[in-house]
Amino acid sequence: MDARKKKRKVLLMGKSGSGKSSMRSIIFSNYVAKDVRRLGATIDVEHSHVKFMGNLTLNLWDCGGQDAFMETYLASQRGNIFSDVAVLIYVFDIESREVERDLDTYHAIIEALREFSPNAYVFCLVHKMDLIQAEHRQRIYDERSAVIRSRSSDFHVDTFASSIWDQSLYKAWAGIVHKLIPNLVVIERFLTAFAKKINAEEVILFERSTFLTVTSVTSEVGELNPIYDRHERLSNIMKAFKHCAARNTLTTPASAGFVVMHTKTPQFNIFLGRFTDNTYIFLVVPPGEASYNCAVLNTMLAREGFSKAAAGSGGGDGFPLPPPESAEDHATNGNTL
Amino acid sequence: MSARSMEGNNQVAAPTQARSASVPNTKGPDVKPRLLLMGLRRSGKSSIASVVFHKMPPNETLFLESTTRIQKDSIHSFMDFQVWDFPGQLEYFESAFDLEDIFGSLGALVWVIDAQDDYLDSVARLNRTILTVQQFYPGINIEVFIHKVDGLSDEYRTDTFQDIVQRISDELSDAGYENAPVHYYLTSIYDYSVFEAFSKVIQKLIPNLSTLENLINTLANNCGFEKTYLFDVLSKIYIASDTRPVDMACYEMCSDYIDVIVDISELYSWDHPVRKRLGDQIQEAESHVVLHDQTMIHLMEMNKYLCLVSVIRNPEAKDKRGLIDMNCRTFQDALNEVFSRSWEERSTAQVGSATANK
Repeated sequence: MDARKKKRKVLLMGKSGSGKSSMRSIIFSNYVAKDVRRLGATIDVEHSHVKFMGNLTLNLWDCGGQDAFMETYLASQRGNIFSDVAVLIYVFDIESREVERDLDTYHAIIEALREFSPNAYVFCLVHKMDLIQAEHRQRIYDERSAVIRSRSSDFHVDTFASSIWDQSLYKAWAGIVHKLIPNLVVIERFLTAFAKKINAEEVILFERSTFLTVTSVTSEVGELNPIYDRHERLSNIMKAFKHCAARNTLTTPASAGFVVMHTKTPQFNIFLGRFTDNTYIFLVVPPGEASYNCAVLNTMLAREGFSKAAAGSGGGDGFPLPPPESAEDHATNGNTL
Repeated sequence: MSARSMEGNNQVAAPTQARSASVPNTKGPDVKPRLLLMGLRRSGKSSIASVVFHKMPPNETLFLESTTRIQKDSIHSFMDFQVWDFPGQLEYFESAFDLEDIFGSLGALVWVIDAQDDYLDSVARLNRTILTVQQFYPGINIEVFIHKVDGLSDEYRTDTFQDIVQRISDELSDAGYENAPVHYYLTSIYDYSVFEAFSKVIQKLIPNLSTLENLINTLANNCGFEKTYLFDVLSKIYIASDTRPVDMACYEMCSDYIDVIVDISELYSWDHPVRKRLGDQIQEAESHVVLHDQTMIHLMEMNKYLCLVSVIRNPEAKDKRGLIDMNCRTFQDALNEVFSRSWEERSTAQVGSATANK
């Protein structure tokens, strides 16, 4: 079994108190934003495995950010920490008073990463943006990300402004996982064709437990929607409701979920349902009772087709037509589910 | 109770009408019921008003300035009403204040007591107020919110509640008022209790409450609903529900589900000429969700302001959705008839709606 393909090592780094563990808990451990106050400082490295989309496991290394730890990461632990990294997520605290020093540390980390895993993706989150007045946010964020880019050696860096108090956190993480999902091209090709068939304005695929957007397809008409951050806002809305449902049915947020949701309004119709084992599909179609019912039926059929294809390749979160080199990977993965 | 308060309203309707002439009132001669928020300063009156009627997140109420003038809020909904936020430091019994102006046409007086503070002073003032109000305006409901109870332990909460109730009822019976319309609620803005309490307060001002409750009971029994609420979408106060015991879990889920639908609608209700419909569809929004344990939450828009939200725990409900939808439509017709009739009757004759119910 090729471990590298299935498990992706994700490093979460940044200065102490910048909010690494907080965001990890919200996204992957079903915390709500105000619960993160309970978290203490991370000592050394906390490892966690997050199963994401079935055939992808994120191996999260949450690295405590105190200076003493940072030094060991860069010195004695260097090879251990920085080898085999798929993604480095570096968190900057926007309120930090020692910007220059943070950037020096960042640069040292980047150099270490270049040495051991030159092909890793690098994401920088400029975090705690809620503390900046709304009218200055964009400007300060632009300045900060320009400085970060200039210190990133030859890595291509994606930066996101984020805050645990709004949907920006979901935007950042959706961007990150989007880069990690195998077979994404296949999935997207399928969704595009499917959306066209059922006249959908938008089709979104959400991961089941985190409600992060895996991928989405938007029609020409759907593109005209003036609300650009709707996907992450949806993640936020649905996750909040999941928490509420868990609280009131006396289960844990991890085991709560939705079987199906239908919404019909004079402006749009929405269907949300389980698609594969680990995803929800979210359809937005124009109003029209009959065509909506057709769209829902077609989704059910597509789902059956998927599970059959998946069963053929050994179960799991299968999408049809996997590229030849990952087919085998697929089959082994099915047994672990 | 609702009948009594409405009579109170109608008795003093004439003078208020004259004074509020500057406010455009499209609904003809009906009077806006008024809610008065009172209590000592810093007891949480403005916070309650902001959270319930302006959707302010509870955490942000920390930054509210202290209120120095009477804040008048008009709420336009299924039934127009006004909320007056009364600054705690005002001595309204001084001669400078026109009692008639404050208490005339009042539907309910909400007295907020900070349960985390020393409440003896507040209780004493409340007693004085109740006695005055009872003397001149016996129709006003007095609603006591024992507030900020989120910070108290369960045991202490009950003790405080009993102590306050005891002090007030003692005082009242000493003064000879045995059955004064005083009600007590434990509230906090950090959970749903304040919405629940406000729902109860508003319900007493609704003329046709018993009719509505009967209708909802019939619907709930026939459809096998566990609990059904008729919500005001904007404030998320429920104006009626079936008469089964209140279940906080159901209430929270229903209330949050409204949020989900409202928020999603915000994302996808944009207007553009190229957006075309693909066929016919009923005008009102309809939505339902099935949760992991097969609980179904069903929501249906009734009119511009109201929506009906039900919790169904019967796993068969999924297959009988058509039937449920149809029953809800029937309920919708009945509901709109109730409301339209109540306008007619009040415009033709200024009789208390107590008779209309019978």
